[in-house]
Amino acid sequence: MLTFLMILVPFAFSLIVFFMKDKDLIRKLAFGSSIISLLICIYGAFLFDKSLEYNFYMNWTWIRTLGVNLEFGLDGIGFLLVMLVSFLLPLIILSSFSSNYSGTGNFYALILLMQSALYGVFGSLDGLLFYIYWELALVPIYFITSVWGGVNRIRITLKFFIYTLSSSLFMLVAIIYVYTLTPDPHTFSLFVICKLNLTESQQFWVFWAFLLALAVKIPIFPFHSWQPDTYTVSPTPGSMLLSGLMPKMGLFGVLRFIIPLCPLAIEQYGEYVVIFAVIGLIYGALIAIRQKEIKRLIAFSSLSHVGLMAAAIFTIGENAVSGSVIQMISHGINVVAMFFIADIIFLRMKTTQIDKLGGIAKSAPKLAIFFMIVMLANVALPLTNGFVGEFLMLGGLFSYNKIIAAIAGLSIIFGAVYMFWLYQKAIFGQTNAQTAIFEDLTAREMAIAIPIVIAIFVIGLYPTMVTGFSENAVHHLINL
Amino acid sequence: MNTIITLSVLGMITMIIGVSNKKDILLPVVFMGLLVALVFSSLEWGHSNHYFNNMLVVDNFSTVFSTLMIFGTFLIFLIARHYFRSFEKPMEDVYSVLLFSLVGAITITMMGNLTMFFVGLEIMSVSLYILAGSKKTSPSSNEAAMKYFLMGAFSTGILLFGITLIYGTTGTFDLFEIGKWTIENKDSVPLVFKAGIILILVAMAFKVGAVPFHFWVPDVYHGSPTLVTAYMATVAKIAGLAAFYRLFSMCFSNLQDFWGPIVWVLSFGSILLGNLAALHQSHVKRMLAYSSIAHTGYILMGFINFNNFTTGALFYYSAAYLLSTIGAFVVLMLVREDIKTGTVDAFNGLMKKNKFLSIAMIIFLLSLTGIPPLAGFMAKFNIFTTALENRFIWLTITAILGSAISVAYYFKIIIAMLLKVGSETKVILSARTKVLLVILVLMIIAIGVFPDLFLQLI
Repeated sequence: MLTFLMILVPFAFSLIVFFMKDKDLIRKLAFGSSIISLLICIYGAFLFDKSLEYNFYMNWTWIRTLGVNLEFGLDGIGFLLVMLVSFLLPLIILSSFSSNYSGTGNFYALILLMQSALYGVFGSLDGLLFYIYWELALVPIYFITSVWGGVNRIRITLKFFIYTLSSSLFMLVAIIYVYTLTPDPHTFSLFVICKLNLTESQQFWVFWAFLLALAVKIPIFPFHSWQPDTYTVSPTPGSMLLSGLMPKMGLFGVLRFIIPLCPLAIEQYGEYVVIFAVIGLIYGALIAIRQKEIKRLIAFSSLSHVGLMAAAIFTIGENAVSGSVIQMISHGINVVAMFFIADIIFLRMKTTQIDKLGGIAKSAPKLAIFFMIVMLANVALPLTNGFVGEFLMLGGLFSYNKIIAAIAGLSIIFGAVYMFWLYQKAIFGQTNAQTAIFEDLTAREMAIAIPIVIAIFVIGLYPTMVTGFSENAVHHLINL
Repeated sequence: MNTIITLSVLGMITMIIGVSNKKDILLPVVFMGLLVALVFSSLEWGHSNHYFNNMLVVDNFSTVFSTLMIFGTFLIFLIARHYFRSFEKPMEDVYSVLLFSLVGAITITMMGNLTMFFVGLEIMSVSLYILAGSKKTSPSSNEAAMKYFLMGAFSTGILLFGITLIYGTTGTFDLFEIGKWTIENKDSVPLVFKAGIILILVAMAFKVGAVPFHFWVPDVYHGSPTLVTAYMATVAKIAGLAAFYRLFSMCFSNLQDFWGPIVWVLSFGSILLGNLAALHQSHVKRMLAYSSIAHTGYILMGFINFNNFTTGALFYYSAAYLLSTIGAFVVLMLVREDIKTGTVDAFNGLMKKNKFLSIAMIIFLLSLTGIPPLAGFMAKFNIFTTALENRFIWLTITAILGSAISVAYYFKIIIAMLLKVGSETKVILSARTKVLLVILVLMIIAIGVFPDLFLQLI
């Protein structure tokens, strides 16, 4: 029931907000809604029974003729991602208050709709339901980016939409295909689907169809070409949703469908995916080094990070997968923090070109400290949240294939290069006329920065808090 | 049966009212009549009846399709006054011809006999030729009527050839008898009979506008008055497809190995060409014409296997398509009023001018694209499920690519509404059009969220 409630709350608020006119009230309602979701989620964390396979399970008949049920439930991994969404949404909404988006009602309605759809993706235990929420999450972000985005948004967002929709349709075919293989009466229920024991040739089709959809969403090299442009052109709240939460849908899809459905296919083709993911990881990092604009730099660095996560998942080692789960959470927090910083800089300087910055540390010491913490988390310094996941993932990759692990390890060095370079150029260096009057973090911005900093250190110091939830789920998944 | 009688009488009354110059009661009478027909039609659900020695067979299939078509016509009439406002000459002849066409459409979904099939199809088609040319002063309308008439006459001829050949081999016009004959002579079907099937197939492909027999569609849809186009693209097309399905499932289902591949090609071609050609249209009407070709292709995917689920899926698709397409045409009519171009530019900046209208249009277009949870998604989903159950993987993949392509042109309109800057003129909606749009939007969402209601009707 709780899962369904979580989906319902933002959806209901999204409808209310959509029909409202008063701007301040809309903002308050949107923020209030995200806080309610967060509270429900925290309440859920206390109720969460780690020994169960699925918590908060519910099953209502929806379409009898087709065997589609409203079947919701959260395993450890799903719950962690729901927590991530609930944690980030208030921050994203709060950070969006600094910009004025015309058509406020529509804007926040779309953000809340996206939140609802994300809960649906992580909580669905029915193949078709999963797909519906998967597509539903795409529509709001398309409109957010195309209406409130930057230069060239029409072309870029259309490309993004067609790219993701057409690849997702292949996933739909795979879901229907698996459905037709279930014993009569057919059903989409995950419990049935995952126990199907497909033959090798069936797994082949299902694997590639799913992979296509998920690889575009994550994105895994060479399906990433929509990503940097879309991240850059999107308004900051959109970039945060796109980078912090959307890749997790793809990674979650791998854990939910590909691993249980196609063990034979992973054995056979998993290596190729790992190789491509690692190529993407190096490629993203190398390009990030050459970027001259903060948002693009973050986009490529994010590409690099999700590459590592994807590679780790496809090794299907227990350590690597649980590392990847931790990193999903950490990356979500860190990348949102990075975009938040980019937004602060943009609002004060009206530019995010790196060579126009410099010497911010003198006029804005709080921002400099916050930025440093986030940067160190991004380069996976011990004691920060980035370290735990990256360590586990690289360990997992090492036992999978030493050469691949060695190459993937380079990314840490590259990551340090572009992050330190960015930090040095933007925060230290020569002060110019504009950075000299750079205003430090306001109270509202502090209210966003502090939870992020706390989360970075808490996960870094007590990673068992995260793994505690996912442990059983990952174990169950790998040793099926 | 009562439905046909009601509608025929209604058509005649409409004419008489027109002659007696009482224009104020014209539309109310039409609405009343259509509502009565709707009630009669839906009351027949669950009963099977035969009339005139199996000339007409009323079963659930015919009942749901005729109810859908009457409902569609009702929706189209809701916008009629608004549309014909600018016309100076009396419109009662158009109204009555529209109603007669509906009678033909209903007749072919109820047919139990090839002669009835022919008669019904001609009632529908001849009315449509007249309707296509009903904007007498407009050259493009005349052109459309002429083109449609010539093409239609050809296809009618081909259809008659086919019927003759079938009759020649089986000695009967009765659909049940022909079906029985194919079972008895399963192994020794003469070539003449097969030639008959092909000719009927070609004629039907003409009527529903499937590739490669689609050449008339864009010109006729573009030239006809928009209201008539809306009717042609929805009610008439669905009637043709329903009759097509009924004929082939009743008579020729045993010979599917023979004609199945042909339908496969029709479907494949329609999906691919319809979507690709729609990409390059700047006129919204032409774009919707090509998109309707593509949708015909999707519906034809359902012809690969005849069972209850397929029939349900087919009906569901028809309903979803009818509602979304009528919606799109209605918005087009409203928008076009001020800007006479009818290109995508007519939609520029609509979001600022009229939020309600643009949200409605976005929902119609998203439904046509097939975005969950709207009706169009479930429709496509059902059709894909049937296709995949019968392992038509490549056809499904084509359909998917088609859907992906369709995003590009449907979104052209959405982008124009949201992001482009348009003229300052306000678009004002009458109460009736608002009701119409609200009905359409709510139904599209409701059908999409509760598909069970519609899938189990047949």
